[in-house]
Amino acid sequence: MKGFIGTKVGMTQVFDETGRAIPVTVIHAEPNTVVRQRTSEKDGYEAVQLGVGHIRPHKVTQPIRKDFEHRGLTPVRFLREFRLPGALNLEPGSQHRIEDAFAEGDIVDVTGTSKGKGFAGVIKRWGFHRGPMSHGSKYHRRVGSLGSRTSGGGGRVHPGRKMPGHMGHRRITVLRVNVVRVDKDRNLVLIRGAVPGPKGSLVMIRESVRNQKGGK
Amino acid sequence: MDYIKLLEEDQMRSDIPAFRAGDSVRVAVKIREGNRERVQMYEGVVIAIKGSGLSKTMTVRRVSYGVGVERIFLLHSPRIESITVVRRGKVRRAKLYYLRKLRGKAARIKERR
Repeated sequence: MKGFIGTKVGMTQVFDETGRAIPVTVIHAEPNTVVRQRTSEKDGYEAVQLGVGHIRPHKVTQPIRKDFEHRGLTPVRFLREFRLPGALNLEPGSQHRIEDAFAEGDIVDVTGTSKGKGFAGVIKRWGFHRGPMSHGSKYHRRVGSLGSRTSGGGGRVHPGRKMPGHMGHRRITVLRVNVVRVDKDRNLVLIRGAVPGPKGSLVMIRESVRNQKGGK
Repeated sequence: MDYIKLLEEDQMRSDIPAFRAGDSVRVAVKIREGNRERVQMYEGVVIAIKGSGLSKTMTVRRVSYGVGVERIFLLHSPRIESITVVRRGKVRRAKLYYLRKLRGKAARIKERR
């Protein structure tokens, strides 16, 4: 089973065997609690629910607390489901460790919540060009034309028009990234390249849904 | 716990001598040619030290057959076999980019004692 919840620590570099410096994102992957299984008979799909993080039991609602009690577990702060082939191989109630999930050289997808940019204009958000900053121009970073008298059959703006608005803080998955190292003593995974989200944010790592061959 | 720091400390080398901009150094670099690995020497003046920790680099300049050559070395890279300080230079700034415009006698650096 290849799925894991961790927290992003930050970026650094490591040297590979040929001496090249590889940029890596460090992810702190403490043992995940296997909370429950979703089966096709009962739930209509197969998945495993993993949990991570400490939370004081009186902080969660009673239904959740009781559910954990019945399972003989202590409540966790974050719960995430992984729909994976072979998701049912994990024993509910057990601890899932990072070295059992991934090894060096694996190709994975990493999901996180990107950094929030707030209400962003069209230049930052969509990469539009700006107008001249001087020479009498008053058109600096504005939106510009949204359509014409004839667009869409008569003076309307097409749906999906790129406009200013909230940017970032969105679920983002990076596909096909390499696991550079698994440090089981410190519970760390090093992923090649960047991973979405600020430091300290929750990230999900899973076996890649894309072609397993090659990879960066 | 600062895991980044721990990871970087694991890889840091302690055999790098102390030097400053203006010093002349001789660097032994491991070079891979096909399957063979050999060591190449590169000697020149350190004109800049950038970064800190694991990603610290130095720029070494030398004039080779009338052509200025600058190489940037990652100080903690395993590709560097050794660094020796050949000469200590007396300079008044941290980045010696002005040397690029100077030739011959004008590009000399006074020795520090």
